[in-house]
Amino acid sequence: MDFYLTALLQGLCFSAIALGIYISMKIFNIPDITTDGSYTLGGVVTAVLLTNHQPTYVILPAVILAGATAGAVTGIIHTKLKINALLAGILVMTALYSVNLSILGRSNLPLINLPSLFTLLNIVSDPNQNTFWILAVFVVVIAFMIGYLLKTDFGIAMRATGNSESMIRSLGVNTDRMKITGLALANALTALSGYLVAQFQGFADISMGIGIVIVGLGSVIIAETLINWLKLTSVWLSLVLVLTGAVIFQLVLAFTLSVGVDPKLLKIVTAGFVLVIVSLPRLSLLKSS
Amino acid sequence: MITITDVHKIFNKGKANQVNAVNGISLEIKNGEFLVIVGSNGSGKTTMLNLIAGSVLPDKGTISIDNADVTKLPDYKRGQWIARVFQNPLSGTAPDLSILDNFRLASLRTKTKGLSVGVNDVFKKQVQEKVASLGMGLQDKIDQPMGTLSGGQRQALTLLMSVMDSCKVLLLDEPTAALDPRSADVVMRTADTLIRDFNLTAVFITHNLKDAFNYGTRIIQMGEGGIINDLSGTERASLKQNDLFDWFA
Repeated sequence: MDFYLTALLQGLCFSAIALGIYISMKIFNIPDITTDGSYTLGGVVTAVLLTNHQPTYVILPAVILAGATAGAVTGIIHTKLKINALLAGILVMTALYSVNLSILGRSNLPLINLPSLFTLLNIVSDPNQNTFWILAVFVVVIAFMIGYLLKTDFGIAMRATGNSESMIRSLGVNTDRMKITGLALANALTALSGYLVAQFQGFADISMGIGIVIVGLGSVIIAETLINWLKLTSVWLSLVLVLTGAVIFQLVLAFTLSVGVDPKLLKIVTAGFVLVIVSLPRLSLLKSS
Repeated sequence: MITITDVHKIFNKGKANQVNAVNGISLEIKNGEFLVIVGSNGSGKTTMLNLIAGSVLPDKGTISIDNADVTKLPDYKRGQWIARVFQNPLSGTAPDLSILDNFRLASLRTKTKGLSVGVNDVFKKQVQEKVASLGMGLQDKIDQPMGTLSGGQRQALTLLMSVMDSCKVLLLDEPTAALDPRSADVVMRTADTLIRDFNLTAVFITHNLKDAFNYGTRIIQMGEGGIINDLSGTERASLKQNDLFDWFA
């Protein structure tokens, strides 16, 4: 059971990344893979500040700012230099590897015995359950903020930018600036996942972000499948499903491991799982037509 | 209202596929004028409209709107004067957003889109009343995504959206080209009513000579990036539909 609790906790840690990918991919319609870099950036900044005994109220804004900067750089390259978003993301992700390594100073930094977000409060005595409650509150607060943002006039303009660019430009919105803001927001969320995971697993590693974009994509695709299946249009329910997607994704991976699949094959199982989810709606469509 | 002075626009300059889309056009569009532009494909009509809207910037010449020089102003900054209806019904609205959210954005065309929730019951009621005035029965559907509506319904709503915020110039780029005759008729009559009621300065591009004849206070024929015919006032009033067909003979 503990095994699945860990998976649930991991899912909650990754829900910020899922929200980030949801914003860049679904709201702005931009395939952004700065993710791998900005996730590690979040973890690395957290680790270095934690070992320097900085308090949470310093670390949290620093992580958000670092992620947002990374996203904004991708956004500027994409909109101002008119470079394909995918390439812009790859460029920034590649450059971030050196940045992350410079910040961290070495390839791995353990955070054992250091105070973290999860030791900040002792709600219940069991450390895993304590972590769960802190994570749950953290994630709910983030989701609430994003949900509220999407409901505001600015949020509607954000959603329209990815949906009908000609329309929103004629309605007086600078779409370049909007996309830069959106990518900054998405990568700030991604960095928050790095922040959570580094403290949860007790170390930051220069390669912790490799292939992490698939976690976000998988979660969003699970959510999207459910959204289409249930024919939802509500912003709030969509966000709840994105969070659910992140948790389901981790639970499925935990299940794969628990039935005895070789951990070496975990990435191929992940890729296969995402492929299955993506193709499921099309396969069932083929059958009915 | 709109003054265009010796404007040139060349696409793919110096290449084999160079197009002199607009070739030194000067044009003065008066306040409240309903200008109809006709012309064959490639005559520069759409470029002309895009130049006014700011989605294309001129190589040479100046454009001013309401005595403000807007020559170098990008399209999103011209939203304070201009509202647009596109040829493609999909371009003027956001399909995944609800009708209500589309109207919310339109009501903020000249204002900042801030961090407060503006869609409330008062606003909803206001939109419902406006939408009801179209007589399409859409007032009960304003929470539906825009994409679930037909092209005609979307064009009519786009027109209505253009007067949600203060608007001086309405640009219509073949708004009925993708519509069936009945929807086209509804859209054109809605446009005509709005232009009169709100005293808008309008520029309307069309290939439909019947519409060109039935609507507008001034008519221009374009060809090869220039103006061939320009009739307003009594000349326009005495124009017969057959004369218009002769222009294209």
